Amino acid sequence: MTLASLLQRADDLYRDLRFSAVRDWKQRTGGLAVGYMPVYVPREVLHAMGILPVGVMGAGDDLEIIRGDAFYQSYICHLPRSTIELGLNGALDCLDGLLFPATCDVIRNLSGMWMMQFPGKYVHYLDVPQDFAPEVGGAFYRHELEQIAGALGKRGGKPLTAAALRRSIAAYNENRALVDGLYELRQREPWKVPTAELYLLLRAGCVLPVEEHSAMLRDYTTAVRAADDRRPMDQARVLLAGSFCEQPPLGLIRTLERAGCYIVDDDFVQIHRWIRGPVRADGEDPLQDLANAYLFQGIPSAIRYIDQQVKGKDLVDRVQQSGAEGVIFCAPSFCDPALLDQPMAVTAVERAGIPWTAFKYAENTGQFQVIREQAGTFADSIKLWSE
Amino acid sequence: MTRPVAPAAAAAAAAAASKDASQERQKAMIAAHFHKLAQAPETGDKSVYTFVPGNLTELLGTFSVLPVLPEINALQSGMRGKSRDYIGLAEKLGHSEDVCTYVKCDIGMLKSGNIGPTGERLPKPDLLLLSYTGCFTFLKWFELLAQEYDCPCVMLHVPYQGDGAITDSMRKYVVDQLRKKVIPALEKISGRAYDEDLLKQQLARSAKAEDDLVWVLETGKRKPSPIDAYFGGVYYIGPIFTSFRGTQDAIEYYRELRSEIEERIRLGKGPVTPDGELTEEKYRVVVEGPPNWTSFRQFWQMFTDEGACVVASTYTKVGGVYDNGFRHDPSRPLETLADYCMGCYTNLNLPTRVQMLARYVQDYAADGFLINSVKSCNSFSAGQLMILREVEQRTGRPGGFIESDLVDPRYFSASNIKNRLESYFQMIAQKRAGGS
Ligand code: SF4
Ligand code: SF4
Repeated sequence: MTLASLLQRADDLYRDLRFSAVRDWKQRTGGLAVGYMPVYVPREVLHAMGILPVGVMGAGDDLEIIRGDAFYQSYICHLPRSTIELGLNGALDCLDGLLFPATCDVIRNLSGMWMMQFPGKYVHYLDVPQDFAPEVGGAFYRHELEQIAGALGKRGGKPLTAAALRRSIAAYNENRALVDGLYELRQREPWKVPTAELYLLLRAGCVLPVEEHSAMLRDYTTAVRAADDRRPMDQARVLLAGSFCEQPPLGLIRTLERAGCYIVDDDFVQIHRWIRGPVRADGEDPLQDLANAYLFQGIPSAIRYIDQQVKGKDLVDRVQQSGAEGVIFCAPSFCDPALLDQPMAVTAVERAGIPWTAFKYAENTGQFQVIREQAGTFADSIKLWSE
Repeated sequence: MTRPVAPAAAAAAAAAASKDASQERQKAMIAAHFHKLAQAPETGDKSVYTFVPGNLTELLGTFSVLPVLPEINALQSGMRGKSRDYIGLAEKLGHSEDVCTYVKCDIGMLKSGNIGPTGERLPKPDLLLLSYTGCFTFLKWFELLAQEYDCPCVMLHVPYQGDGAITDSMRKYVVDQLRKKVIPALEKISGRAYDEDLLKQQLARSAKAEDDLVWVLETGKRKPSPIDAYFGGVYYIGPIFTSFRGTQDAIEYYRELRSEIEERIRLGKGPVTPDGELTEEKYRVVVEGPPNWTSFRQFWQMFTDEGACVVASTYTKVGGVYDNGFRHDPSRPLETLADYCMGCYTNLNLPTRVQMLARYVQDYAADGFLINSVKSCNSFSAGQLMILREVEQRTGRPGGFIESDLVDPRYFSASNIKNRLESYFQMIAQKRAGGS
């Protein structure tokens, strides 16, 4: 596959709000497909049961919201309205269930709305622990996973076996490593991996089986490594923080790049990077290994209680590791976790002497003029300081 | 007259009304508590900041530490007209206009000297007890406070009733955290050992007060209702939702309140409002959602002007749902605390909230129900438009929807709200006329 056709495929998947890839997969395999909302669910469990995990990341700017707005007041973010819209217009019919991880109160309450609106579907609120002791939060989380496996087993998923789970962990380890590899490549040579492309690949991972997605990542990596026509430009290196749930429209990412920013780290489609490093794939008790990965390898995200660590330290570390010259806080409007977290992150970033700017978006934001100017000015000022 | 004064400033707002013994008692209890807090730096008493939903007042009581509830301080600031400036200050410091105004009000108050509702300075916390119950914002709120204070923060993660029930695994998770994290943290700051017998005594006292509270709230089923279960109700829940659950003071307060309401029933009286007694109960409504605090009296008056009485509300269940039969049970002390936390209103899933509201509309023979949707609170508000439709469908009674905020006066548009309420009550009247 050429780079152009690969990117075309990723773009098609991104724009396909009927989830045709999922429908095709179901037809081919006869398996179940279970959706998940942002930010994190352990897809390995679903995969090991022969179920296709499907990321539901909203509808971007491509869908006209007709009924979804009747479910939400104006001061609630956009993601749940487009999700409801997708549910009501039949796009999500291909999903046999939907998991609602404990990301925020909006997603939490959406789980109950989904139960009432779609009574035949499997709906589960995945309460992830905020206590990180293995015998306390770990035991609770493990029980949650067992409950999900039990319920999906009754709906036609294959029984969860240790051997299958180990294989699934290995498949996702490989996938995570490929994603990490691309992030590293982008840090080193951001001109080789434009973020708008990387983003499309991350989104493709929401609907493709993991093996197919890994193949796509491999092909892309090989192709861009060899793409000598991609030359460096005089852009400012920035880290984009806060877009971990409702996703910005693709146009916004492109706008930032055109405004003179190389995005060298970000929070997009965070499920791919939620667990740092590989999950143990050869243990006696892989379910426990998966639970332990959540406890000890989870990133210090805004939706996780920061227990022993210093707020904002991880962000500052990421700035240093990625060689970013500034931070753009780019959160969805009305997003509690991102916006309540931001003042603490700003304090840490300022203390470290890192320049920053901030703006908000909605997934269907259509006008980027103001953002373009703000990002352009920010990029210029960074370049000026670094000269 | 049966209007206690949980938020002291509300009493001032309703100064026109004469005061009952229970009201005076509550006021004195609150004043004494805040005075103790103000004295804490001298007396060496330890203070623990925590939240109303999922509060562990009985447990704190066994360690003789003093609870401070930032939401209560925020709503008091709203009632005392201070919240606008506090919120403004927090926004100037970089807090987003989009997030919960309780948090910003609290941060603003802290940055302005941390003067509490009685005019005395609040002590710094010795411990932040992050009871993460029914609201995600709590987690962020105490992360923010942890930046301001040099004190430990202990997390109690209370699982949500996503599937509409409490499971053994959920209960065990909470109890394990209590045993392994919360109790050791309290032992450390107080220098006392955990005393389960003492906790049992406190829990037994809680149950007694809870019996009387439920009795009071359920008098809303009578016609006419002797209470207003929303505007009046926020006073009734004061002691039990805050620092007094498990105390003898709370038992006495609720006993006194109950006897005052018995007397109102005997005399056939309606509820007391800021403008005196509601003499004609024209409309009976159930209300979902928190009140607005900055224009509390004006908001209440809009109801009384229409002859509307709130016969049941969900807001009076945020600090504990007792009218489903739950009582703190001294025979299983930590388990009962876990069940209490998990049972708080905003920890219930939406289908359960819908069922509860539909039951209220029916059991309290309401003409309809109203949702006050507050901008601040995703925990309450996300999904309320669906709740509206579901409850209407199940009960066949009309729902109304108004929007305001808790403590940000910029989001209380009196004329809009008044118009909405007027049309809503007119619609009920027309339905009635049509029906007859
Ligand atoms: S964008 Fe923010 S507030 Fe909205 S659903 Fe996602 S995490 Fe929740
Ligand atoms: S979001 Fe709602 S429940 Fe949470 S702190 Fe704010 S007002 Fe309270």
